[in-house]
Formats: sequence, structure tokens, C-alpha cells
Amino acid sequence: MSFRIAPSPHGHVQRATSDVMRWVVLALLPGVIVQLVFFGWGVLFQLVLAISTAYVCEALCVQARDRAAWPVLKDNTALVTASLLALSIPPLTPWWVIVIGVIFAIVVVKHVYGGVGQNIFNPAMAGYVLLLVSFPVQMTSWLPPMQLSQYSLGLWDSLHVILFEFTPDGYSVEQLRTSVDGITMATPLDSAKTDLSLGYTASEALQKPIFSDFAGLGWQWLNLAYLAGGLLLIKLRIISWHIPLGLLLGLCVPALLQVAFAPDTSIGPLIHALSGATMLGAFFIATDPVSAATSNRGRLYFGLLIGVLVFLIRTWGGYPDAIAFAVLLANMCVPVIDKYTKPTAYGHRRES
Amino acid sequence: MNEYKNLTLQGLWHNNPALVQLLGLCPLLAVTATVTNAMGLGFATLLVLVGSNVTVSLVRNWVPAEIRIPVFVMIIAAFVTVVQLLMNAYLYGLYQALGIFIPLIVTNCAIIGRAEAYASKNPAPQAAFDGLMMGLGFTLVLMVLGGMREIIGNGTLFDGAELLLGNWATSLRIELFSVDYPLLLAILPPGAFIGMGFLIALKNVIDRRREARQHQPAKEVTRARVTAQ
Repeated sequence: MSFRIAPSPHGHVQRATSDVMRWVVLALLPGVIVQLVFFGWGVLFQLVLAISTAYVCEALCVQARDRAAWPVLKDNTALVTASLLALSIPPLTPWWVIVIGVIFAIVVVKHVYGGVGQNIFNPAMAGYVLLLVSFPVQMTSWLPPMQLSQYSLGLWDSLHVILFEFTPDGYSVEQLRTSVDGITMATPLDSAKTDLSLGYTASEALQKPIFSDFAGLGWQWLNLAYLAGGLLLIKLRIISWHIPLGLLLGLCVPALLQVAFAPDTSIGPLIHALSGATMLGAFFIATDPVSAATSNRGRLYFGLLIGVLVFLIRTWGGYPDAIAFAVLLANMCVPVIDKYTKPTAYGHRRES
Repeated sequence: MNEYKNLTLQGLWHNNPALVQLLGLCPLLAVTATVTNAMGLGFATLLVLVGSNVTVSLVRNWVPAEIRIPVFVMIIAAFVTVVQLLMNAYLYGLYQALGIFIPLIVTNCAIIGRAEAYASKNPAPQAAFDGLMMGLGFTLVLMVLGGMREIIGNGTLFDGAELLLGNWATSLRIELFSVDYPLLLAILPPGAFIGMGFLIALKNVIDRRREARQHQPAKEVTRARVTAQ
């Protein structure tokens, strides 16, 4: 028996990028299924569109950069980017929106910076911000969850809306968004933000039918599903717990303080944590291994920063949800975070 | 190389104020949403640059080195005021479209940079020519960037050209494609930054290609077969 002496690091789990990324996609599945249940078939078409566009872009970019195409295509990073972007946009958005977003994410944010492992910004979120800034109407047209919706959309109806912006019966997305009583439905965060800005107290704002369950109809189960997938990733040690925990703390602690000191203006930590893209952001988006901080302490600060930014923008900013902006802002801070959280090597004294 | 030819090359390409010196980025990024705006601001900058370069060059022997910067700034400010009042009088539509960025030409580092780096050390004709070429280089970059942003954002070219060129120019407007929803990002400031990044990258690529072509090793003629005698 021979003892091979290998240099450090002595890692025992040797996962290739493609394995890591495949697990991330698998862990997304519970959330995808819940999203399908509550928001209809549109989600599926967005995923198909995004993933196929991503692979085409990836192949063209690799070709243009004179690299071997196969290793890049099979490392599944484009799959993750495309899935995250497709899951963050409203399910019935016209097809060209997701195509433009994915092209920007893959070509400009990923390959112009040098491809896998070189991008300083999270590609999916940069694509999302491009879309949100450019097409605000389409990007905020979320449908109400199925049980509040007046119309039920079949497979063919959804595809027709995505391709031609109308159902075969001639309903536009704007009409589909109306609920049973004829009022256009907003997402829980959007509805709460609008009501608070109109001078209602928080308890009045939470009377809306969208809040008839504990944290926003549909959205709560969606977030719980992403939470489950995220916990699986932590269990498998695909991601570390530092970023999600930091993010949730950074979001919920200020929300708790707000409940304590200004209860009328606060929708509370539970709704903050289980609404919008919180869980998707905490476990899947912010944990992007490339654009996040690298040391464990740095990751905690990185997560905290995102959480606090999300809270600030949701409470006082111009947008109802803020994961994308917060992630991009925190990406910019990563070099600073890394500089000040560099771990001390064993045997060296901490500089002070 | 002839001094004037050298100045032309420097101003338009090798030392382009926008692409290489990266000076005057504030107006460059702020007003290039359409070609018309870009052209208006470019020509205004060009006029100021030529005027200030000539004046600085003429007074260069009387200005003590210690207070040269305030003097140059005063000269530039005077020319900017002239241009601003002229635009207010004759190009009122464009004057309103450009707004604060006309008076802000004073702070354009490209202008004081040329005054300090070239005009204060060279005679008037060369200084004037330098100002002209630097101004042209700046204007061309503004127009290319403006064109890119207008096409991507709006699908048009020369929209509102009548503000600058008079009523006949309405026929210049080209509609390449019509979009229901403009790509707002291209028209907003982030689009300017991204577009500028691509322009600089393009220039670097062209430079590198040319360099590679020039430095190709001369083909050595080797004998195909060397046989022992």
C-alpha cells in the first residue's frame, strides 16, 4: 500500500463545476413546480426560451473566442443563469423580453468579462436589471396566483400570450391580471408598498385578499419551496450557510426593529422573508460562487449587506422588490469585503 | 512627420480625447442619447476648444506660470459664454435640449488639458489646428456613441436634427425600425457607459490588429531541404 503525498488543499469532495451547477438546478425544482402550480404554464415556456437562448449564445461566444466549445457548454453554468433569470420574470412576459435578457447576461456580463469564473457581476441579476430598467411595464406584470385569478389559462393560452401578447380569445396580459372583482392584482410586496405610500397603516394594507394567508397567497409557498431546495444545497455542502443566513438576518433584523418602533409602517419580517424573491435570492442568486465574496466571514458580511440593502430599497426605495439591485451593489463591494476579511493563514499572526 | 499630419493623427485617433484620454466623459455620457444632441454639443466644444487654444497660445508669453490655470479657465469660460449665448440666440431648441451641459463645457477637462499641454507651449496656428483636430475627434466619438444609442434605443437616426440644422433637416430623420417598447437602457446613462466601454474596446482591438500586422516577422527564406554535400 502506498501513501501518496499530495499538496494541500486536502479536499475530499471533488465536484466539477458541472456537478455543482446540476445540483443547483435540481434544487430549484421544488420551487419551479410550486411556481407552475400558482402562476401557470408560462413559467415552463420562459424556462425553455431562456435555456435555449443561453446555449445558443454560449456556443456563439465560445466560438468567437476560439475556445473549445464542449467543456464550456457542458459545465451547466449557462443553464443556471438562464433558469434563474426565467424564474425571476413574470410568467407571461413577451418572448423577446427573456431573449434580450439572456443575451445580455451571457454575452455582455459573462463572456465579455472572460467567461465562467471571471464575471464580476451576477449574470442573471444583471440581465434582470437590464430588463427591469428597459421594460418596466412588462417586467412588473405579475399575474395573481391562480385561485385569485378570474381567468384560467391552459397550456396553449399561455404560449399564445407569450408569443403574441394576447390569448386566443383576445385577452391582453393587463386584462388577465384583474381579479374576480375586477381590480388589477399586484404582488404582495407591490400591493403593500402602494398602500403604505397612500397613507394606509400596515394592518390595513394587509387586509387585501392577496394576504389572506400568512405571508401572501402563493408567494409564501413559492418561497418555502425555494427555502427547502436551498437547505438541500447547504446539506450537500454545495453552498455554505453564510450568505443565506447573512441575507436573511440583514433583512429580518431591521424589519423586526421596524415592527418594534414603527409598527404602522412595517409589513413585518415574515412577509419580508416569504415574499418576492427573498428565498430564491438568498439561496440561489446571492450564493453565485464567482461574484460573491470568497472567505466565510466575507460571505457573512456580503449576505448581510444584501439583506440590509433589500430592506432599505423595499421600505424607502422606488421598487417593491430589490434582490437584483442589492446583489449587483454587493457584487461591487466584493473586492473591498475580500480585502478586509482575508483569513489569516495558520501560523501567521493577525495584522493589526 | 509633418507637424500638422501628426496633430491630425493624434487628435482623431492615437490621443483621441474621448477614447484614449478619457476626458470630458460627463457631457459625453450625458447628452449622447441622440445623434443631434451629440453633434450639437460636439460642435460647441469644438468652437470653444479652437478659440481657447488660439487665445491661450497668443497670451502664453505674458502669463506667469504660477497663475496660468485660473487665466486659462477664465479664457475658456469667456468662450463658453459666447457659444452659449449664440446657441441661445440661434439654436434655441437645441439650447433647451442640451440644458446645463452647455455651460458645463467650462469644466470639460479635454479643453483645459489641451490648453495646458499644447497651446501654452506652441504658436497660434499649430494650437488652432490642434484644437480643431481634438475637437473633431471628440465630436466624432460623441456622434458614433449617439448614433449607437439612438439606433438601439429608438430605432431612429437624426431624430430632431432640425433643432441643429434648420427646418430642411426634418427629412434627414431615418427610421430604421419601429419598436413599441424602446430599449430604455440604451437611452439612459447606463447605456452610455456600456456603449463607451465597447467603443474603447473596439479601438484597442483595431490598434492591436494593426500592431500585429506591422510587427509580423519578415518571412525568412529557408531552404526546403538541406542535403549533405
